[in-house]
Amino acid sequence: MKINLKSILTIILGIFAPLSFSAWSDINMEPGATQLSQEIFGLHMFVFYVCLVIGVIVLAAMAFILFQYRRKEGVKPAEFDDSKTLELTWTILFALILIGLSIPATKVMIKAYDDTEGEINILITGHQWKWQYEYIEDEVGFFSNLSTSLDKRNNLAPKDENYLLEVDEPLIIPVNTRIRFLITANDVIHSWWVPDFAIKQDAIPGFVNTGWTYVSEPGVFRGQCTELCGQYHGYMPIVVKAVSPEEYASFIIGKKEAKIQQALLTEKLWEKSELVTIGEDIYQKNCVACHQVSGAGLPPIFPALVGSDIVLNGKERQIEILMEGVQGAAMASYAEQLTEVEIAAVITYTRQAWGNDEAGDGRIVLPKEILDYKNNKL
Amino acid sequence: MSAVIESNHDDHHHGPAKGFSRWLYTTNHKDIGSMYLWFSLIMLFIGGAMAMVIRAELFEPGSQIVSPEFYNQMVTNHGLIMVFGVIMPAFVGFANWMIPMQIGAPDMALPRLNNLSFWILPAAFGILLSTFFMEGGAPNFGWTFYAPLSTEYAPPTVTFFIFSVHIMGASSIMGSINIITTILNMRAPGMTLMKMPLFVWSWFITAYLLIAVMPVLAGAVTMMLMDIHFGTSFFKAAGGGDPVLFQHIFWFFGHPEVYIMILPAFGIVSHIIETFSRKPIFGYSSMVYAIASIALLSFVVWAHHMFTVGMPIAGELFFMYSTMLIAIPTGVKVFNWLSTMFKGSLTFETPMLFSIAFVALFTIGGLSGIMLAIAPADFQYHDTYFVVAHFHYVLVPGALFSLLAGAYYWLPKWTGHMYDETLGKTHFWMSFISVNLTFFPMHFVGLAGMPRRIPDYSMQFADWNMMVSVGAFLFGLSQLLFLFIVIKCVLNGKKATAEVWEGAKGFEWTVDSPPPYHTFSSPPSMETLKA
Repeated sequence: MKINLKSILTIILGIFAPLSFSAWSDINMEPGATQLSQEIFGLHMFVFYVCLVIGVIVLAAMAFILFQYRRKEGVKPAEFDDSKTLELTWTILFALILIGLSIPATKVMIKAYDDTEGEINILITGHQWKWQYEYIEDEVGFFSNLSTSLDKRNNLAPKDENYLLEVDEPLIIPVNTRIRFLITANDVIHSWWVPDFAIKQDAIPGFVNTGWTYVSEPGVFRGQCTELCGQYHGYMPIVVKAVSPEEYASFIIGKKEAKIQQALLTEKLWEKSELVTIGEDIYQKNCVACHQVSGAGLPPIFPALVGSDIVLNGKERQIEILMEGVQGAAMASYAEQLTEVEIAAVITYTRQAWGNDEAGDGRIVLPKEILDYKNNKL
Repeated sequence: MSAVIESNHDDHHHGPAKGFSRWLYTTNHKDIGSMYLWFSLIMLFIGGAMAMVIRAELFEPGSQIVSPEFYNQMVTNHGLIMVFGVIMPAFVGFANWMIPMQIGAPDMALPRLNNLSFWILPAAFGILLSTFFMEGGAPNFGWTFYAPLSTEYAPPTVTFFIFSVHIMGASSIMGSINIITTILNMRAPGMTLMKMPLFVWSWFITAYLLIAVMPVLAGAVTMMLMDIHFGTSFFKAAGGGDPVLFQHIFWFFGHPEVYIMILPAFGIVSHIIETFSRKPIFGYSSMVYAIASIALLSFVVWAHHMFTVGMPIAGELFFMYSTMLIAIPTGVKVFNWLSTMFKGSLTFETPMLFSIAFVALFTIGGLSGIMLAIAPADFQYHDTYFVVAHFHYVLVPGALFSLLAGAYYWLPKWTGHMYDETLGKTHFWMSFISVNLTFFPMHFVGLAGMPRRIPDYSMQFADWNMMVSVGAFLFGLSQLLFLFIVIKCVLNGKKATAEVWEGAKGFEWTVDSPPPYHTFSSPPSMETLKA
């Protein structure tokens, strides 16, 4: 394999040789896609060069001293142990350098900290382990899940360029529009990071943080969660797609229509097999992380669904768990994340799969029942 | 000298007891110091083994040897063990051995407390490590254990973790009380504060830091305990609590903690550079003031770990400026070490090699620290491998190298045997090359955008990660060589003289190698240091 050969060579050649096989973007930050990210990049490079110069001077001076003053026959060491002038000089020098660094840093900081309203405001909610996006003005939203297959993650299929950086549904934003992100979380702390926008804001339950961006060229921008949020922390990427305003408008219209379609579907009288098919798909996307493909779970934290009393015979309780989550446990509420059809389907699936249909009452759940549950609550 | 040897024949004085009870009941600072050092060496290999698991998992993209869940347990316990089980106890071991001998005291001021503060440590780590064998697995929320991941969403073993942290904290506080009491009350006549060896000074200040912040950590874990078991909502947003509060409390402990792990290193390195330059330390008083100002500043910089939590801009700017200020005393120290070597007569024995590497690589860690202090740029660096590179540069070729340097420097004194210089130098060069191979490329992948604490990564980071892993395996292997060198030195090294190093200054070099079980039963005179 190419990478292996290169790496072996590198090790032989020592520490600095690998610089030759790296693209610049493999070893440094990139300027990014917005004016703010480019300013932060410029600040980064400025501070980096200052540090590089200081580092080179200090290490060169050190190398010189080590060579020049190594023990030689007949040369006595000096005896001085103090020089107030020298010490004062370099203390002042350090202070001046730091002032020089802090002025541009302060300027960029003030620019980054702008939380005035955007033309479009998007609420971002971190969940274990997926992102939820809601367009506040248009009242539409969706969840964005990792779409890299388990086969790739388990080395059973070849990995491609966007391995672990791809999602089933990217966040769509229009270009040349000021967009404000409102960032929060539903369970533990996450952090929403898109390097090309230079936005990294912690998503904290009970808090709403803000970030903003203004992208001028269409493109696809990828990022990841950057706050440890549990076992699948490494598997909740972010993909943002910047499109033309026209494309954005039709995307929003499509979302609104889909919402109406969903409402109609809820009323439909469903066949068991239809629900099971949809349910299996939903289960694979949302449930396997904890309850596993086999339904065996990972006790004691993630209970098994196979042979579970609730799944076998407690239909009402199972609906309640899906809708409300379980207090003090990892199980979240899916009332917002999934449609009525999807919730009904996934419950039906768990009640039919793994032999649960034989062992329990085998009753199916219709989307209408989920809607009724919601209405009763109101 | 002769007075010391004679005093061994007094009726009150006796050699060590035999067998296991010697170690269990000992109140002798040398025995306790040795136990601390052996304990931290063992923990180094346990925490190191976890690092090897981490690097094996990250050797290539894709799932390799462990599950993401177990990976998180490795990351968490690697951090906890290295911080609380290796670096801190090792420095306390040095303090136990060297502070009484450097200030001319017969023992620590509170010997029974000393015994207790050591012996509760194995208990604490026994509890922590036992969680690996419990249902739900070991703590998996990172060594920074941010709530609510460490409270509502934690495995049930978190309660054991809390108990274990409490015991570690108690141990540190007792050790610190002992160190401060010893330094304030038991110095040889004529040793004023500003004549104390720098290692003693560094520990004097470190001990105050520990007393100030370990109770804060204890408070944080107690609030966690209340949230988990007693229905409070300190950190629970749904109950009106505040998850960010946890981070403020944790880092109010955590940042001074960072300096707790580096200040004693400054002390050790100062002695070694002085000895092998054959020249007195440059700017003794500014070295002391620098340590003191770093310690004071450490209380007002904590939120630079939290630039992305959404603080008000005034907070961001304050913590950015205060953090940058730390560069001044730190820079003073580096320049003073260089000036000490300037016009000296340098030789490069193993302790000196490790100390020189300490100064050089700690400087790199310090410079990346300045970059991280720049708040807007930190939006890009935060929680990436750039941070991992930074803190490993100050902790591994920083704190750990200073410990290795100190071990080589004082081993002949402790054991009465010289270590094998050729093997020592081999160990140094292997460690030096592999430590850079391991941690330098982390800067690159961090800047390129690789988040920390992830068990798998995208393809663009593959080349460098493989190299980091190879470096890490080599570094791990190199430390086995250190174990061999220590054992060889203890068992059959060449006999060491009392002075050991030509021109070494300090009371510890006026007693035999190894020193008698009880030293300085009558205080030495400052005159003996003049020679």
